[in-house]
Formats: sequence, C-alpha cells, structure tokens
Amino acid sequence: MGQTITVTVNGTAHTAEVEQRTLLVHFLREALNLTGTHIGCDTSTCGCCTVHLDGETVLSCSLLAVQADGHAVRTVEGLEQNGELHPIQKAFHENHGLQCGFCTPGMMMSALGVIEQHPDASDDEIREALEGNLCRGTGYQNLGAGVRSAAVEMARN
Amino acid sequence: MIPSTLEYTKATSLDEALAAVKAGARPLAGGMSLMPMMRLRLAAPGAVVDLGGVPELVGICEDGDEIAVGAMTTHRSVANDPLIREHCHVVAQAAAGVGSMTIRNRGTIGGSLAHADPHGDLPAAILAAGGAVIVRGSGGERRIDVGDLITSYLTTSLAEDELITQVRLPKGAGQSAYAKFHRRAIDWSIIGVGVSIGADGVRAAATGVGDHPTRLTGFESVLNAGGSLEDAIAKAGEGLSPLGDLDGSTEYKLHLVGVLAAQAHAEASSR
Ligand SMILES: Cc1cc2nc3c(=O)[nH]c(=O)nc-3n(C[C@H](O)[C@H](O)[C@H](O)COP(=O)(O)OP(=O)(O)OC[C@H]3O[C@@H](n4cnc5c(N)ncnc54)[C@H](O)[C@@H]3O)c2cc1C
Ligand code: FES
Ligand code: FES
Repeated sequence: MGQTITVTVNGTAHTAEVEQRTLLVHFLREALNLTGTHIGCDTSTCGCCTVHLDGETVLSCSLLAVQADGHAVRTVEGLEQNGELHPIQKAFHENHGLQCGFCTPGMMMSALGVIEQHPDASDDEIREALEGNLCRGTGYQNLGAGVRSAAVEMARN
Repeated sequence: MIPSTLEYTKATSLDEALAAVKAGARPLAGGMSLMPMMRLRLAAPGAVVDLGGVPELVGICEDGDEIAVGAMTTHRSVANDPLIREHCHVVAQAAAGVGSMTIRNRGTIGGSLAHADPHGDLPAAILAAGGAVIVRGSGGERRIDVGDLITSYLTTSLAEDELITQVRLPKGAGQSAYAKFHRRAIDWSIIGVGVSIGADGVRAAATGVGDHPTRLTGFESVLNAGGSLEDAIAKAGEGLSPLGDLDGSTEYKLHLVGVLAAQAHAEASSR
C-alpha cells in the first residue's frame, strides 16, 4: 500500500508517496538521494545506518519510512554547515578516525547521540555508545580519540 | 532485503490496537527483533499495527507492592528508572545490558517478552524477580506469571489476538543483580543469570540454557535450605542441558551458569 508522508530531513520538509514497506534507510538513499547513510547488514547489528530521529539515535534500516512521518531526521549530510565541517567530522579527520569510511557516518551519528547530551562523557561512556557500530578498519582506538576530542571542542563552543 | 508487501497502521489507542490485532495484524513494538526478521523474510506479516502511538502502553508507576511498566516502555527507560533500579534492580541491570544504546532507545520490555528469544535477558531477569504480565484480548484481561508465559523457542502462551499491556515487577526485589556473558559488546548473552534475594528466599533464573528462561532450582534450594554458596554453585546447572553449539559445549555453558550465578549472587548480596 502507498502512503504520503512528510519527513523533515536535516531541517528541510520532504513530502513523498512511499510504499508502506519501505525502510527509512531506502527512503533516505533512494527517494532523497542522501547516500551518506549506509546499509551494512540485514540483522540490525552493524550500526552503519544510524541516524537521529527527533534527537535520538535509531537504526534507519529497522524503521519503516512511514514511522518517520511527521518527525525530524538528521543524517550525516546535516552535520556540515555553510562549508564548515562539524567538530565531529574535523576530529575524525585529525585523529585518523576512519580508514575506508564505510562505518563512519553511523559512527559519527552514534557518537553525537551521547556527546551532544553529555559533553563530559567518560571514555567508557563513549565506548558504550559505540557498542552498536562495527568497524573493520580502525581498530577503534582512533575512533575513541576522535570522539573524545570532538566532545572537548563542542563543550568549548 | 526489503520486507514483503504489508499494510501499516498506527494505533492511537489500546482499543484500536486490539481491533487491528484481532483482524490479523502483527503488533510492531520497537521493531528490534521484528524488523530484522521481516528483512530476512523470516517473518512476512500482511499487516502490522504500530503500538508506538498508544499512550496506555508507556510509562512506569508504583502500584501497591508492584511497579507497573507499560509494555512499550523502552529498555533505556527501564534501565534509567529510579524506581526499578531501587526496587527491582535485576531488571534495570538486564535492560542496561541489551544490545547497544541505539537498540535500547527503541526496543521494549513487552516486545522482549513477546518475542521470547531463548537468549533474551529481560525474560530471565523478570523471572528471577518473580514478575508477571497483564495481557488483554477479546477474552478480556488476564495476568500471567512470566514463568508461564514463554513456552518454547520464540513461543508464548498468548492467544493470537492478545497483547501484553503491562509488565508487573515486584518491589521486594531490590537486592538482586544480573550477570551475563557474551563475546562482543553487542552480542546476545551466551548465558545470563539473574538472582534476587527477597523475603521468601533466593530466586535465580537463567537464559541460554534451553528453549525458555529457566529457574535454577538446584541453586535456589541449597541456599534456601541454609546451605553454602559453594554447594549452591555446584548445583546451579542441575537438571539443565544447554545445547552445545558454536558458542560453546554443554559442559562449558553449565560452567558459565555456575560462574554467573555466583557473580550475580555476590552483587545482589552487596546491595
Ligand atoms: C543487534 C541486537 C542485539 C540485541 N541484543 C539483545 C540482548 O543482548 N539481550 C536481549 O534481551 N535482547 C537483545 N536484543 C533484542 C531486543 O531486546 C529487542 O528489543 C526485543 O527482542 C524485541 O523488542 P521490540 O520492542 O523491539 O519488539 P518487536 O521487534 O517490535 O517485536 C517482537 C515480537 O513481539 C511481538 N510484540 C511486540 N510487542 C508486543 C505486545 N505488547 N504484545 C504482544 N506481542 C508483541 C511482535 O509482534 C513480534 O513478534 C537485541 C537486538 C538486536 C537487533
Ligand atoms: S544496516 Fe546494519 S544495523 Fe542498519
Ligand atoms: S573505517 Fe572501514 S569499516 Fe570503519
């Protein structure tokens, strides 16, 4: 069945007709062309597809697009503002927090899920927030360092 | 994969949700188990009813000597709730250990019980505490002890048209704890054990030891007869024979039951 939905993505309202079985991640990638949000599994285990729904982290592969009707979604494309990288993007860059980059969008959205609410999160809390994000490249150490340095930077601003 | 064709409705009241379920729709709670099953096409419901807009199903409140927890309350809310942390610690601790932060943001206590995964943490923790569920269907409302709810792998004693509306947690389970063993942070428990030391003695229950969460009657009976912890641990796996698989052999899993029962008991005693 089709349904017309309106979802605010990175501040812009988008109205579209979708099949009710469409996953939010497919809506973002295919209807809106926002391909920064990745798909890495069919079992809700990798975290590549993490976005924010009304300020909370969710797996966009495990939510129907119709469930986001009337809600606000933030994706990795919403981080950079006016050509300026977001502190989390800068920190990943400076700390070599990525290798191939496949996990990076989800990693950054999960990290923001904790440090935006708790800028003084401990290293353990940061690690815990990233438990649902798998990375096959970095070995996680530089990722943690990147998130910590972004948290410090964001608390300063 | 994309789920197969379905009709989606979002219920705005419990009556609406019950009517949809009666008409054959599959309840959708946090979707943390149902959505992956639909993506893998292990489940292909023709219709789903989203319970996310039903106000009667969310929230936590004190009710006499119990805590009433709405079925749609998320793991995150259960883990952070001061009432549950104080009076039914084992359940808060199990909820805090589910999956990842993002899974805890959406997964629900009612969904965990209805899904009845043989490695689920919440069912074992609630069984250790001595909790129950309130369910509603066309036959009216009834109360089921959690020990009688889960009957086998992914199978419950709920009728097709029944919904879990509430989970009832006893307030006398403050001196309790949950211990689990898994390999990667996000993994399900290979074995998990909840222990509660209440006015009626020690209750303990494990997940991962069979097709449903199971009371550790050997462990309980030694301690409740005044025996030593050492003897209780030796009896923790009595009557159990967890399936040997890629996670470990039967002997290894039985060893874990003893280790985790000891850990949970020590933590519960110190509270
Ligand atoms: C990567 C990953 C790791 C996980 N790790 C753990 C873990 O370590 N420990 C653990 O315990 N769990 C774990 N889970 C599962 C998690 O706890 C889920 O939240 C839970 O199993 C299902 O809850 P839900 O609200 O998402 O339900 P859903 O997925 O929406 O529904 C599950 C089933 O229950 C039915 N249902 C839902 N609500 C009701 C209701 N009120 N009445 C009747 N039927 C209902 C649905 O129809 C469906 O059949 C994990 C999940 C994932 C994806
Ligand atoms: S794609 Fe793997 S968790 Fe969503
Ligand atoms: S950098 Fe490649 S998966 Fe993380």
